[in-house]
Amino acid sequence: MNYQLSFTQIWRHFDKLSYGVLLSIELAVIAILIGAVIGLTLAVIYVSSGRVVRAFISAYVEFIRNVPLLLLVYLVFYGLPTVVNIAYDASTSFIVTLSVYAGAYLVEVFRSGLDAVPKGLLDAGKAMGLTPWQRLLHVRLPTMTRITLPALSNTFISLFKDTSIASVIAVPELTFGAQWINNRTFRIVEVYAVTTVIYLVAGYLILFGLRMLERRFRVER
Amino acid sequence: MGELIDAVVYAMPFLMGGLGTTLLVSLITVVLSLVTGVVLGVALIYGPQPVRWVIRLLTDCIRGIPILVLIFAVYYGLPPLGLNLSSFWAAVFALSLFKTAQVIEYVRGAVSSIPRGQMEAAKSIGLIFPQRLRYVIFPQATRRFLPPWVNGVTDAVKGSALVSLLGVVDLMQAINQVIGRTYEPMPLYLLGAVMYFVINYSLSSLSRVLERRYAYIKE
Repeated sequence: MNYQLSFTQIWRHFDKLSYGVLLSIELAVIAILIGAVIGLTLAVIYVSSGRVVRAFISAYVEFIRNVPLLLLVYLVFYGLPTVVNIAYDASTSFIVTLSVYAGAYLVEVFRSGLDAVPKGLLDAGKAMGLTPWQRLLHVRLPTMTRITLPALSNTFISLFKDTSIASVIAVPELTFGAQWINNRTFRIVEVYAVTTVIYLVAGYLILFGLRMLERRFRVER
Repeated sequence: MGELIDAVVYAMPFLMGGLGTTLLVSLITVVLSLVTGVVLGVALIYGPQPVRWVIRLLTDCIRGIPILVLIFAVYYGLPPLGLNLSSFWAAVFALSLFKTAQVIEYVRGAVSSIPRGQMEAAKSIGLIFPQRLRYVIFPQATRRFLPPWVNGVTDAVKGSALVSLLGVVDLMQAINQVIGRTYEPMPLYLLGAVMYFVINYSLSSLSRVLERRYAYIKE
């Protein structure tokens, strides 16, 4: 092995990577926020409606979960504008895709969370004379949020990793930054070593923060 | 509508070729990762402390980085270090690494769900370690292992779409190539999505059937 490691070129272009990792986190945050709105809305509709509506929601969930994210990214970025009269840049397109993707996973998370709220709590709400809306808003949703927190943070971490796929449509996130540096400096080993470390450090820092949050809001049983 | 059918008929042979590669990549990945994952998973539970640390560190690292980065790192990163892999095998190697880390977790979960007493009972009737695994632990752990593992195979199939980025002509790449000729992206992406869906939905349905089948086991 006579390959000489040299990191100088990597540090020179490090701004591509630092900007990239922030953009990755930003994309994941936006996607999980929109995804949570989609997921929560559909989960509440799911538990309170009949078979037909449920079938539609399940179809959405199963379709998204069983198709590669890469294909969905291509479909939304290259495919959709040819049939619908819309135009958007790569970042917007990716956020749309990742949000719809996250939504499908979060429907399941929220649905099992809603089911996990103890029945006694809802009965207690009813006994106090709360209306169905009040029971949902003040009893079911707050309890569910605390129950689903661990699953939410896992989803967030995997979304953070999934943002690497945005590089294929040239969104300048971390993986794209790595490719950019690679294409200009040919310091392949070094750039992927640094990128890997950044993904690991960022991922575990986020995970650590989320675990603290979970501990703070844990439901005592 | 007629044009649409023509487009599909034109594309089908290419897509079928690609589908074959997708299934081949997934199959090799699944088999490789099953073997190494079970061995390393057992080592993670019963191995000596240093071995456990190494395996834990490796799985946590692999699970912490995106598969795409893993694929690029293996494909572009290994040749300068003196290891030349073709794009196909680089992709398979990277996917297998990723999948192995997953299988190790499934094995750990399944085996540690078996009550301690089982191992002790097997010891007390004089079984040696391989026998204890083979006749006592594995038969029970398999029921816990199977449903999540089958469901995880869908991750291998979905992950295999990323090999298209190394130029391997799998289903994803075949779709892109056909689009490159016909300039009709939407029908082809939808067709491809349906093909992936059929494979993965069958797998996740099988996983659900297995889960229901083994639901009688209580902790």
